[in-house]
Amino acid sequence: MDKLSEWVTFPDLLIWLPLVAGLVSFTLRKEKQVKIWSLAISIIILVVSLTSLFYTNDHALNSAPWKWITSLGAGYTIGLDGLGRILTLLTAVAFPLIFGSTYRNTYKDSNVFHGLMLLTQAGLMGVFCTMDVLAFYFFWELALIPVYFLCSRWGGEKRIAATFKFFIYTFTGSLLMLVGIIYLYLQTGPVYDKVGTLMSQHSFSISSFYALHLTGHQQNWLFWLFFIAFAIKMPVFPFHTWQPDTYEQAPAAATMVLSGVMVKMGVFAVLRWLIPVFPLATIRFEYIVIGLSVFGMLYASLIAMRQDDLKRLVAYSSIAHIGLMCAAIFSISQVGMKGVMIQMFSHGINIIGMWIVVDQIEKQTGVRKISQLGGIAHRAPVLTLLLVVIALANIALPLTNAFTGEFMMFSGLFKFNIWFTAAAGLSIIFAAVYTLNMIQKVFYGETNLLTAGFREIGWQGMTVLSLIVTIIFVMGVFPQPVFDLTRDTVTAILTRFK
Amino acid sequence: MENELQLAWLLPVMPLIGFLLNGLGREYLSKTASGIIGSGVVFLSFLMSVYVFISVKNGNTHVAHYFNFINIESLKIGFDFQLDQLSSLFLLIITGVGFLIHVYSTSYMHDEEPRHFARYFAFLNLFIFSMLLLVMGANYVIMFMGWEGVGLCSYLLIGYWFRNNKFNDAARKAFVMNRIGDLGFLLALFWLVNKMGTVDFHDVFAGVSKLTVTDITGITLLMFIGAMGKSAQIPLYTWLPDAMAGPTPVSALIHAATMVTAGIYMIARSNILYTMAPVTQAVVAIIGLSTAILAATIALKQNDIKKVLAYSTVSQLGYMFLGLGVGAYTGAVFHVMTHAFFKALLFLGAGSVIHAMGGEQDIRNMGGLKRSMRITHITFLLGCLAIAGMPPFSGFFSKDEILGAAFAKNPVLWIIGVLGAMMTAFYMFRLYAMTFLGKFRGTDEQQHHLHESPRAMTIPLIILAILAVVGGWVGIPEAFMQGGHRLEAFLSPVFEQSNAITVKNELTHANEYLLMAISVVAALFALIFAWNRFKSYQKTERPQTGLDKVLGNKWYVDELYDAVIVKPMQSISKYFTNVVERKGIDGLVNSVGKAVNYSSRQIRLLQSGQVGVYVLLMVLAILILFIVQLFL
Repeated sequence: MDKLSEWVTFPDLLIWLPLVAGLVSFTLRKEKQVKIWSLAISIIILVVSLTSLFYTNDHALNSAPWKWITSLGAGYTIGLDGLGRILTLLTAVAFPLIFGSTYRNTYKDSNVFHGLMLLTQAGLMGVFCTMDVLAFYFFWELALIPVYFLCSRWGGEKRIAATFKFFIYTFTGSLLMLVGIIYLYLQTGPVYDKVGTLMSQHSFSISSFYALHLTGHQQNWLFWLFFIAFAIKMPVFPFHTWQPDTYEQAPAAATMVLSGVMVKMGVFAVLRWLIPVFPLATIRFEYIVIGLSVFGMLYASLIAMRQDDLKRLVAYSSIAHIGLMCAAIFSISQVGMKGVMIQMFSHGINIIGMWIVVDQIEKQTGVRKISQLGGIAHRAPVLTLLLVVIALANIALPLTNAFTGEFMMFSGLFKFNIWFTAAAGLSIIFAAVYTLNMIQKVFYGETNLLTAGFREIGWQGMTVLSLIVTIIFVMGVFPQPVFDLTRDTVTAILTRFK
Repeated sequence: MENELQLAWLLPVMPLIGFLLNGLGREYLSKTASGIIGSGVVFLSFLMSVYVFISVKNGNTHVAHYFNFINIESLKIGFDFQLDQLSSLFLLIITGVGFLIHVYSTSYMHDEEPRHFARYFAFLNLFIFSMLLLVMGANYVIMFMGWEGVGLCSYLLIGYWFRNNKFNDAARKAFVMNRIGDLGFLLALFWLVNKMGTVDFHDVFAGVSKLTVTDITGITLLMFIGAMGKSAQIPLYTWLPDAMAGPTPVSALIHAATMVTAGIYMIARSNILYTMAPVTQAVVAIIGLSTAILAATIALKQNDIKKVLAYSTVSQLGYMFLGLGVGAYTGAVFHVMTHAFFKALLFLGAGSVIHAMGGEQDIRNMGGLKRSMRITHITFLLGCLAIAGMPPFSGFFSKDEILGAAFAKNPVLWIIGVLGAMMTAFYMFRLYAMTFLGKFRGTDEQQHHLHESPRAMTIPLIILAILAVVGGWVGIPEAFMQGGHRLEAFLSPVFEQSNAITVKNELTHANEYLLMAISVVAALFALIFAWNRFKSYQKTERPQTGLDKVLGNKWYVDELYDAVIVKPMQSISKYFTNVVERKGIDGLVNSVGKAVNYSSRQIRLLQSGQVGVYVLLMVLAILILFIVQLFL
């Protein structure tokens, strides 16, 4: 790798492999070809990502800055720190799981569908790797645009309305962020090359953004431009209502990408671009943000209890979980941040598992209404067992992956304020209520006309779910490697607040 | 040489292997195989527990470190096990009583299909695994893993017959109520993490002087909330009677002998924290005593054999908390032990009766069973005598130790406690008399079917009966025998720190005799009264009095919770869904969307394609710019 790393690095591979493979996929004709191609590519990317975990030298992980638009001070500067590695790993793990579990789904224009999926992956990888604001904005949009198409072309009945809502939300956020980026850009200092000639008046690089000396007053309003953009993506109350609609209408594979990986873009962006750039405003507004997050957790949990549609139930439960991550970040504590690191990964894996089961149920019975289902455990005991494990991991039972994360995030929040923690803790109880209720109504009891012919899940799906369950337990018992991996990032973020 | 107790990880791994074998092989294993695997692994754990006990008794206590669970700068949590007097005692109870109940189950569950039979044993093994984790953990996080694990197994086993939605409701209720308690426990842990940076028992107890009184009181109260959930105390007790929906051996193991005593274990483990928080101690004592009395009053009027035992369990757990609250830690742990023997015995006896009656649980339809079920009858009677506190049966020693300590704290506690003991004797002998004495009141078919249970069921009954009789002899009060309280001597290192700072108001021996005599006579009186009244019980349709109705309906506590908590929460949820979410936020977003759509439709009209209009607009715009330039 040492020789190789002179011209290609891990982040390069992670971005360009899916990008090129996605473009190739458009040209493929046969559905089977396309499926095998995208599954194979996603597995190769996973191997690359896993290999990157064993490298610690800078050469392999950070590319030499390559001039992109010199006159603007924008560069193609990519690199992987702990945060980047955990999230690129999540992206790399997620796609083979998604392609594997939806292998039996048939699509019109399968080549376009898979091509767009791979482009999304490229965008996501770019977001997590880039160290340049303009490139970040570019990848942010690159990840989103294919998803609009995936939803509007392959979605459910009300897909147009849902996509429109999704578009308005995210586009508003993006615009606000763009305004903020341009303003900050104009505050940065000039860039010189090695011999001292002026290259550009300003710079988009992350270091120049971190080096900005913004007054408290500037931070106060800039903070919100960025926060709203990221809050929509996560989503945090009250910017969340696009999510249940979109999850409900999007095709299963896109929903998995959206909820498993793409919402982490928002969390990631807060960690990378929001709080380190605006530390004063972060401290100033932490009560508001944590208040919104905690209220959102309870709000979403209570709404989840009333949902009869499986997809909307999972969507609202996800909003509650993300709310906790946001609150933990703003508590600015080491325990809380480390908890967020591991939880981003765990949440992504677990929720993909939930969607796989929901997709399976919908495909077989044609409905997603909890009240119309029942007794699936008699017909598909293995699927039930796997679902129960995943659902219990989702409500953070100890020895599953989510427990460690939630435990640490709550500990961090406690440091901030005991009453917020106690209030947020109520969502632990609510989560048990709606999750067990769902399990009982859908899987237990007697079978009915819809579920009487239910079949056990196919081997592809079963393999994927078993893998997910394995990850759940391994990470639940041995979470320490994740903390070691993300030590640098957390330390770096916290030093901004010293 | 490395300490041999380092190998303690094998103890929980055994039932875990059993769980995996039975769980994964459930389609392939015969019932005999499942039963042997399920019971065998627990027996192996039991043998190891005996070894641990002997080793600990010889003074070898050990904290085994395996690997780091969380290791960051501000928090270190290891995957550690602690083997000492307290945990070794619980190990013996869990694996010993657990093994007997496994054996009993092989026969009791024999009508199940093989794969469900295997599932049952898998869950039962998983329960033992979690329970071992709970008592072996050397820090609160490992304890919490076991803590939620046993809650999960309880949920799975209550809802074991998952076709029946009523059972599923009971299972869900148990889990949710436990989770309410767990939140309290978790908050206590977060508090510890933030104040001490550690959750290790050793470090927390050693550094306890660093905590303020507020901290200790807060932490102990929150932990007690956890104990309320798990050990079914007011206000979180209502799940336990409903949990009787599970198979009877499950009720014996989880909902009587082991899991529900986890709260007592937790407080006994944290005794130094509680000793330093007198406010919490008072709360624990009052809640414990109130629960003991409330549950006893309800038990007076129940007609389901398992419900009577369930309320009796709640009531006995209340006594244990009373003991903890007045600082009688040894007494509380002692009562955990004797209660495990006699309550497991009573439940298994009840199971034997239900088995013989073909699933009937209503004692009004029983009667006269002593003739056809001799072993069940004798062992059940011994269990009743033990729980009623008759000397020299085991319950007498442990209960009187708690009551004596309560008297030393405050005589009022003692008076109420004795009142509860009278009720206990009454409802237990009402149960006994209605079940075993008098004439048979069931159907002819049932009468024809009546039989003593097979040996796999009666042998555990006999062993437990022996333990219920002699189990109390390890804790004979000093008043009777010098050095008779061997359990206290054994456990003393665990409670050393607390004992060092508490002032003991010792009762004189004369007073002690007097108190014991009063409580025994009172209980005996209630016992004889119940025996006479119900020995030839006949079904009569007499009108219910007001109190009958209130007690029969369990003081309407479930209805109260429904009205005060469940209903309001549902209306908030409805309000959020229909008003805030749909009309409020979505309404706003949609109107923005509509506005965009509308304006784009209108602005589009400007592009009419007529050059004249464009020129006009251009001129107008230039004019406006010109005017603006002129004035600014």
